[in-house]
Amino acid sequence: MRALPDRRGYFGEFGGKYVPETLMAALDEFERAYRKVSRDRAFRREYESILANYVGRPTALTEAPKFAALCGDFRLFLKREDLNHTGAHKINNAIGQALIAKRMKKERIIAETGAGQHGVATATACALLGMRCVIYMGEVDMARQELNVFRMRLLGAEVVPVSSGSRTLKDAINEALRDWVTNVRTTHYILGSVLGPHPFPMIVRDFQSVIGREALDQIRRRTRSLPDVAIACVGGGSNSIGLFFDMLRHKSIRLIGVEAGGRGPSLGQHAARFSGGALGVLHGTRSMILQDEFGQIAETHSISAGLDYPSIGPEHAYLQQIGRIEYHDCSDDLALEAFHRLSETEGIIPALESAHALGWMLRNGESIKHSGIVVVNLSGRGDKDVPQVMARGDAPSS
Amino acid sequence: MTRTAKLFKRLRTERRCGLIAYITCGDPDVHTTIRIIAALERAGADAIELGIPFSDPIADGPVIQAASQRALAGGTKIGDIFDIAERIREESEIPLIAFSYLNPIMRYGLKRFSESARKSGIDSVLITDLPADEKLSLGKLGMIFLLAPTSTDARIAAVDRASDDFVYYVSTTGVTGARKELDPTLLERLGEVRKKVKKPLAVGFGISEHAHYQTLRDRCDAIVVGSAIVRAIGDGDAAGAPDRAASVVRRVLGR
Repeated sequence: MRALPDRRGYFGEFGGKYVPETLMAALDEFERAYRKVSRDRAFRREYESILANYVGRPTALTEAPKFAALCGDFRLFLKREDLNHTGAHKINNAIGQALIAKRMKKERIIAETGAGQHGVATATACALLGMRCVIYMGEVDMARQELNVFRMRLLGAEVVPVSSGSRTLKDAINEALRDWVTNVRTTHYILGSVLGPHPFPMIVRDFQSVIGREALDQIRRRTRSLPDVAIACVGGGSNSIGLFFDMLRHKSIRLIGVEAGGRGPSLGQHAARFSGGALGVLHGTRSMILQDEFGQIAETHSISAGLDYPSIGPEHAYLQQIGRIEYHDCSDDLALEAFHRLSETEGIIPALESAHALGWMLRNGESIKHSGIVVVNLSGRGDKDVPQVMARGDAPSS
Repeated sequence: MTRTAKLFKRLRTERRCGLIAYITCGDPDVHTTIRIIAALERAGADAIELGIPFSDPIADGPVIQAASQRALAGGTKIGDIFDIAERIREESEIPLIAFSYLNPIMRYGLKRFSESARKSGIDSVLITDLPADEKLSLGKLGMIFLLAPTSTDARIAAVDRASDDFVYYVSTTGVTGARKELDPTLLERLGEVRKKVKKPLAVGFGISEHAHYQTLRDRCDAIVVGSAIVRAIGDGDAAGAPDRAASVVRRVLGR
């Protein structure tokens, strides 16, 4: 497979760098710094040492036979990104970018966060490396993820409430970009997903691809074969591309991304970009975007803040277009059902984001090859979602 | 040659620094926008930037963000911008520059946009989140690109090449918004850029005072005043908006 993105940051017709001129030099600088550290053994050693001794990698691969039995007839393995320090895959990227920022001599870090997981991961990386950290978070998300706001503050980060627009993730990114335009000389923006202008989608993907590299290796050792199917939820798309990237070249592996189906198919009620979106440009990248007929960005809905976003990483848009990855969606209700079932059957409380991948499988397990091997990225743990599920009054089944 | 290009030619001949006024179309409403533009021209504005409201204006500060929200909440559509231009063209030859983010134009269709814009009397277009490397084909519309304090020499050259009517120099790292003082490093950097750019040069972002105009008038071909005008428009009822906007232009020009 040809190495993508191309020199201008495109995956086919998706991607690119659509930002105000002020940021162009910073994007070039970041790309140069990244290319330099990619060849630097000392950097790799430092990064890998932090992953091993601080983050807790490699993460476990857990077989989940009782949950699998609810879905169909196959072997199910969970890639346990929930066991990472800070509770999700986000830390893989936050540490990597913070280390690059340090080498670029940027002492101030900014980031956006929706559910708070990327904010917590970035605040953690900054505490570890002794950098100033400012996190932008929509006021709506701050209210629904109070605990993570407090965690970020405990870690020494400043959390700035964003009161513009829909006051969620999209607006937090707007505000982070405005900060970056203003303070670009001293500040690095740690974008949390495979989104935004080139080189972010490439760099975030590369840091997250450790997930699939480990998973392939673990599956091979356990089963003496390749997986038949890999499944992950897709918000911006970093945990999924992280799982899929090393599997792309194995054409026999069926790759499935699961978007947030929310409350239903009408615009504003979901975050399923492939069924409801159109080609456009948002936050620096050309991709599939939920928008109205006049090109105004639509509001989205998902029970999980981490999937509640109107655009999708450009590499996903490309892989969907060429038919390498299939994308489906899972409703709020089905994700909640999976949240409960995995907790009861396997003793693992999944993040509501990850529960979308499991939820799709609950309904569509029969489409999976008889006695096949399936790996699902359990991208985060559900502790952050427990108060929200409690507040809904959903009683555990027994 | 577009009306915009002709204006800059004339400004050079007259050895005068022009004033470009930005307004957010549809704030407070489309009818008032038309009256505001006429008032701005009478007050001495040489060209008008027609801001197309967008839901996610990442390059704009709070004043223009709020104006965009008001315009969208009032139901302003991209088609209204063409109506506004047509109405202005009935009585005026003032250069009209569409000022937009890329997504609404993409969604409308590039070809359709350039045709509708030309037909309605729009001369040029500036797309905030479209760097010079990604220049689009927009028919006969003049394309204007931004230069920033962070632009490297290679980028300065690329922006100069890609820009048709003039180059828009962003005075400071940051978003749009009136500032009391000019960026202290602006004059030195402007001198450097001036030497490297062949096209006419306008300076914008943060410019709102007569003192700014006096400082810049001999150093660029035009200044752009945006947030100060937009703030004045929002600062009272619709009926008084044209007068309030015009008084900002007169104040900056010192008339």
